[in-house]
Amino acid sequence: MATVAERPALLSAVTPAASRTEGVLRAYGAAEVLVIPLLAILVAALLFAAFIGALGKSPVQLYQLVYTGAFGTWFSWQNTLLRAAPLLLTALCVALPAQLGMVVIGGEGALVLGGLSAAAVAIPMQGFPPALVIAVMVLAGMAAGAAWIGGAGALRAYRGVNETISSLLLSYIAIAVMNHFVEGVLRDPASLNKPSTAHIGVVNMIGVLPGTRVHWGLLIGIAACLIAWFLVKRTTFGFAGRITGGNIRAARLQGLPVERLIVIFCALGGAMAGFAGMIEVAAVHGRANASLIAGYGYTGILVAFLARQHPLAVIPVSVLLGGIAAAGGLVQRRMGLPDATMLVFQGILFVLILLSETAYGRISFLQPPAERT
Amino acid sequence: MSYDPIGRRKFLQTSALAGLGAAISPWSVRPAHAANLVVGFIYVGPKDDYGYNQAHAEGAAVIKKMSGVTVVEEENVPETVAVQQTMESMINLDSAPLIFPTSFGYFDPHMLAMCTKYPKIEFRHCGGLWTEGKHPKNAGSYFGYIGMCQYLNGIVAAHATKSKKIGFVAAKPIPQVLLNINSYTLGARSVDPSITCQVIFTGEWSLAVKEAEATNALVDQGIDVITCHVDGPKVVVETAARRGAFVCGYHANQSKLAPEKYLTGAEWNWSQVYTVFVTKALQKEPLANFVRGGLAEGFVKMSPYGPAVSAEGRKRADAVQAEMLKGGYSVIKGPLKTNTGKEVVPAGKGYVETAIELESMDYLVEGVIGSTS
Repeated sequence: MATVAERPALLSAVTPAASRTEGVLRAYGAAEVLVIPLLAILVAALLFAAFIGALGKSPVQLYQLVYTGAFGTWFSWQNTLLRAAPLLLTALCVALPAQLGMVVIGGEGALVLGGLSAAAVAIPMQGFPPALVIAVMVLAGMAAGAAWIGGAGALRAYRGVNETISSLLLSYIAIAVMNHFVEGVLRDPASLNKPSTAHIGVVNMIGVLPGTRVHWGLLIGIAACLIAWFLVKRTTFGFAGRITGGNIRAARLQGLPVERLIVIFCALGGAMAGFAGMIEVAAVHGRANASLIAGYGYTGILVAFLARQHPLAVIPVSVLLGGIAAAGGLVQRRMGLPDATMLVFQGILFVLILLSETAYGRISFLQPPAERT
Repeated sequence: MSYDPIGRRKFLQTSALAGLGAAISPWSVRPAHAANLVVGFIYVGPKDDYGYNQAHAEGAAVIKKMSGVTVVEEENVPETVAVQQTMESMINLDSAPLIFPTSFGYFDPHMLAMCTKYPKIEFRHCGGLWTEGKHPKNAGSYFGYIGMCQYLNGIVAAHATKSKKIGFVAAKPIPQVLLNINSYTLGARSVDPSITCQVIFTGEWSLAVKEAEATNALVDQGIDVITCHVDGPKVVVETAARRGAFVCGYHANQSKLAPEKYLTGAEWNWSQVYTVFVTKALQKEPLANFVRGGLAEGFVKMSPYGPAVSAEGRKRADAVQAEMLKGGYSVIKGPLKTNTGKEVVPAGKGYVETAIELESMDYLVEGVIGSTS
């Protein structure tokens, strides 16, 4: 991979200008990247307001409730952050392979297996020091997720199997595998009407952040996003991955190990989702059971696309979607609107963000002066 | 993806601004309903699923009409940290002193955690096994002996079947479901011992595709009366009726979905249970912790007979129901063999509906075609 750094030709071709102009270009680029998604969110909010108005309800009341339920108080903030925590990691399961141009949508399966593996290794380790048990759980969860999504990556790299389809189908298999173990050999006989594994032990649970009710998964998720950002944007390894995503033939010509990169990026993404599963078991449920199948893997896809696959942007987008989920309850309770209401909002948002991708380079006041027409 | 205009500083600045904006907003939280008793209901699926959740929502609708009571409801709440957040949100933002989390998986660990955290709030849960000394005093559970209604379903089914083959679409092989399958089969075989009941487990509480496949597979085998135990029987009822089979309902009244083919159904009557709890709460009396009831107590009921039920069928089912209402009726009584030939209840022994042994049932009785694993 050292060879990549020695060949900066690809980069310098993009920015031929002198350093001062480069700064201006960068500022305009940054403005564009911030303004376009914000405009998309604004338009989505207006469309959604019209939708609510058409239902005969007050959009103003709705947005007040969304604000109150998601960000209005410290209580609401914690609610939002708790819901955002697993999304940070499952979004990385999409965003990391996306650097190589892949669309992996099977994070749900990696999460479920990560949770199952974490519980499976913790149960026989009762009596060991909790720090050791937790460390082993983390490794087991990440390994299971990495194997699962890495497997989809390997199918892609070595057999040309479409990773979108294979990762989705693999996640159905993962859920079946979990049900098999939870309802079979790993079942706690006392879990009559909700088959579950035995409890991992209260001492082995990871607690909440001091003074809050938000568990450590939030900080772990944020740290993972920061590390992923550094890896993707600031290392030769990440650069090699992005080249593969930009032009796979060019990457091969440069001598990059394309197949290996595909598998590694997928495995890293899977490890993140597996970690999320481990956290669900170790911070929330204490057992592995069907509650792991909560759709975090699928919401992660939405987060990653809204974040335009940028590891740092995953953080605010997770918080935004966590907030929408947190507020959804209040909207149901105070306005008598069905749960699907907030899904409509998410859907409108998703479509507009995708549409806004076509706006880059087309909004004149966001272009550098020289390029304006 | 290779282009990174969001610098670290820009990102931090924007996040800080967003946070500040949120913190100084003018909107504040108001308690929704100051004078009334606020009662919270939480459902795992949609309120109009023609099934488990609708049965509870119909109960809540009766409570809504009581004076001095405000009902707040949330649907589609998964059995994760989300339900804890919903409960906390009902307590903190709606000032609800009484909450009914209605899905089995809400009990442990979610509701129990909230009971410890909010000792002054009363929680009553559907289906859990509240145990004195083990669970907090402000927790409790309620459930109904709906297996008796499935026995009556079986009697009506036996009079309607021509092929002497009836069917059951089941979610998971857990005690509550097995008791229903066995009761339905025993009811039918009490009329005609040559009747067999084919069971198909879908593996999930709510999975429309598999429910439709299972129903079609049953009809393909010549089965002409079908019932089910899944969260929303809509798909089973509609598919069976479309294929020309009769249906017995479950959870709620599904006669609207198949007016010609609907025979009768085993329904919950939660309004009875909720009215008792809420009346006591209004009078500031202590609420019971462990509540169970059957037909006699009005916790469960039968749907009105459909047009296809013969006079003979009505007479027989009505006679047995009258016996049940007297109390002490045993559906599970010896001599009783499993469908693998093992004797589970010796001759002369019987379990009345309240028997605790029935809550850990792990077998299928003779006459059921299918397996628990």
